[in-house]
Amino acid sequence: MRHLRRTLIAAVLATGTLTSAVACSSAGGSDDSGGSAKGTYTFWDPYPQFDASSEWGKRVAGCGTQAGVTVKRTAMDTTDLGNKALLAAQQGNAPDIMLVDNPVVSTLVQAGILNKTGDLGLNTSSIQQNILGAGVMDGSAYGVPIGANTLALYYNKDILKTAGVDPAGIKDWATLTAALQKVKTAGKKGITFSAIGTEEGSFQFLPWFWGAGGDLTRLNDPNGVAALSLWKDWVSQGLAPNDVLQNTQTTSWQEFATGRYAFGENGTWQLANAAKAGFPYGVINIPARNGGSAPAPTGGEFVTVPVQKATGRYDVTKKIVNCLISPTNLLATDTTLSYVAPTSAVQQQQVQQNAALKPWVSAVAAARGRTSNGLGTKYPVISQQMWTAVQSALSGGKSPQAALDAAQAAAGRKG
Amino acid sequence: MTLVRADRPQRSPAASRATVSTPADAGKGRRRRRGKHQWTAWAFTLPLVVYLAGFYLYPLYRNLDLSLHHYTVRSFVAGGAPFSGWDNFGQVLHDPTFWPAIRNTFVFTLVSIAVQYCAGLALAVFFNRNFRLSGLLRALFLIPWLLPLIVSSSTWAWMMNSESGVLNYALHFIGVSPVDWLTSPHWALTSVVIANIWIGIPFNLVILYSGLQNIPADLYEAAALDGAGSWQVFRRITFPLLRPVSAVVLLLGFVYTLKVFDLIWIMTKGGPGDSSSTLATWSYRLGFGSLLPQFGPGAAVGNILILIALVFGLLYIRVQRSQES
Repeated sequence: MRHLRRTLIAAVLATGTLTSAVACSSAGGSDDSGGSAKGTYTFWDPYPQFDASSEWGKRVAGCGTQAGVTVKRTAMDTTDLGNKALLAAQQGNAPDIMLVDNPVVSTLVQAGILNKTGDLGLNTSSIQQNILGAGVMDGSAYGVPIGANTLALYYNKDILKTAGVDPAGIKDWATLTAALQKVKTAGKKGITFSAIGTEEGSFQFLPWFWGAGGDLTRLNDPNGVAALSLWKDWVSQGLAPNDVLQNTQTTSWQEFATGRYAFGENGTWQLANAAKAGFPYGVINIPARNGGSAPAPTGGEFVTVPVQKATGRYDVTKKIVNCLISPTNLLATDTTLSYVAPTSAVQQQQVQQNAALKPWVSAVAAARGRTSNGLGTKYPVISQQMWTAVQSALSGGKSPQAALDAAQAAAGRKG
Repeated sequence: MTLVRADRPQRSPAASRATVSTPADAGKGRRRRRGKHQWTAWAFTLPLVVYLAGFYLYPLYRNLDLSLHHYTVRSFVAGGAPFSGWDNFGQVLHDPTFWPAIRNTFVFTLVSIAVQYCAGLALAVFFNRNFRLSGLLRALFLIPWLLPLIVSSSTWAWMMNSESGVLNYALHFIGVSPVDWLTSPHWALTSVVIANIWIGIPFNLVILYSGLQNIPADLYEAAALDGAGSWQVFRRITFPLLRPVSAVVLLLGFVYTLKVFDLIWIMTKGGPGDSSSTLATWSYRLGFGSLLPQFGPGAAVGNILILIALVFGLLYIRVQRSQES
């Protein structure tokens, strides 16, 4: 009897504690956001920083009122959003409207849970093709970009002045590295970026990878190796700090904001923070290996409309979406989000309002979608291997060539 | 909680079974009463059975189901994932991450437990003497346990930051060159083990301390009369009498540590490379770490983890049994 009891206790303990950890990952997540109530439309976005009283919160609510319904908005972390979307779709209660990070669109399309924008009658003709690209699968668009952002190099004017570096002279990798060395000689720190082992790390690495002429389907070709070697050399020569391996884009920004770094690779969304940094800053486009601007990846979300059983809801949904993205409203929306608009007409208005956006508009024009060019859901597999390779090489675990060889082999196996 | 609920209702069916096996001359009325008893007994176990089925068996079943099918994002949503047998397990076993993850899991678990247990025991013996302010000091030792893991892990990550961390600052003071705690493949595992040990000591201290309180004082008096030294007292009295408590602490510690996820994920995300990946972080990374979830392989790794815990649970029972007989 005692044995039996012990067996039971131990078995329950052992399996119970473990399954609670593992299983909640597979079975959890039922939200009450089914949107069955008439007159209430559910809306998910990855902007938890904006509450109901924020400009964005009011804008969403206002678009609901205009359409004659109530919009129930739920904001969650961007990495959560994709998983929650899949679970909600599985349980048949996907939201009416969902804003998702652009590389997630292809995954959701593959899952079969998004409507084509053409079927809904949404117009995407004025959207810049390179921005729309991330949402296009087999020739059809599955979402409308609400705005775009991308990466560029912020620099600290004071430090460059002290070190005797003219930012206008930074045209390619060689001049950038030379500038970093001058800064180091002057006793300051060179450049900070994010090389963390998540999608953010790949996002930040891509301008250098593409700027070298790298090809995502051949990670380990000499161009890709050159890009990784550039980062690796910066870290091993002390031109970039070792903790880039752990930096998110936010912590990398915080490093730059200490005023001790000459350069920081970051995005449009930091512009408001840059003004508060307490030192004069400038922005240049990320240089390509042999001169010119490197193509940076497009960031920003797409407005998508998940498939509903009650197709009658689409009419109102369309009104809400149009309210957010119609040319007249786009300016207000993107100013709220600190994004570059996805149409050239609105971009011009933005530059007129705020001249600081000029380099960003040109960076967005040169940017590429991560899942574009038919990569689709192959991109997440490649990206994961790419950030793993970056981590292995920068930490000294592997040489850039060996790290990218392993990444290419793994991506080929899984892709 | 589970302990209490798991063993109590167990008795009821056993007891009624004992009643059933009484001599067969029982009349009809008695039988009906027994039947009623039996139903009552079952009714009492029902909440537990429902609870276990809903919160333990179903998730376990779902996890097994996930690991035996080839799920894509489409079939995850629409259903109809083809049965793939052991393919996911095969894929996981041949993954270059598999052996590093197994090795890291065991190093992380065993080193953490060994140090936590020794430190916890030493502190328990120390506090058992009951000196002035010992209560306050003991309470202070509990702080790591009370902090949410996200707070303690983030704090450790900041302290171990290679550029601006206080740890490297301290090393600089004593003339040691800085260590890349979290960003070097040679140090990452050590760093998360250090943080985990710090978090686990209070648990060991509390349980072992209460175990010590239960050792009769007259044993120590007798030992003192016989002229035993303090080391002898510890080896001959304290340690052997603490054995049942130690076994519980070690088993619980093992299961807790095996599944540690949040600490490692917050501090290193299992990196750089796979240098601090354990089965728990790897399982999460497969399922949720990239934009394209791999539910099948993720669940397969989770099941391997459960299996390891079960093996050690059963091992523990065997050891207990042989000790008793």
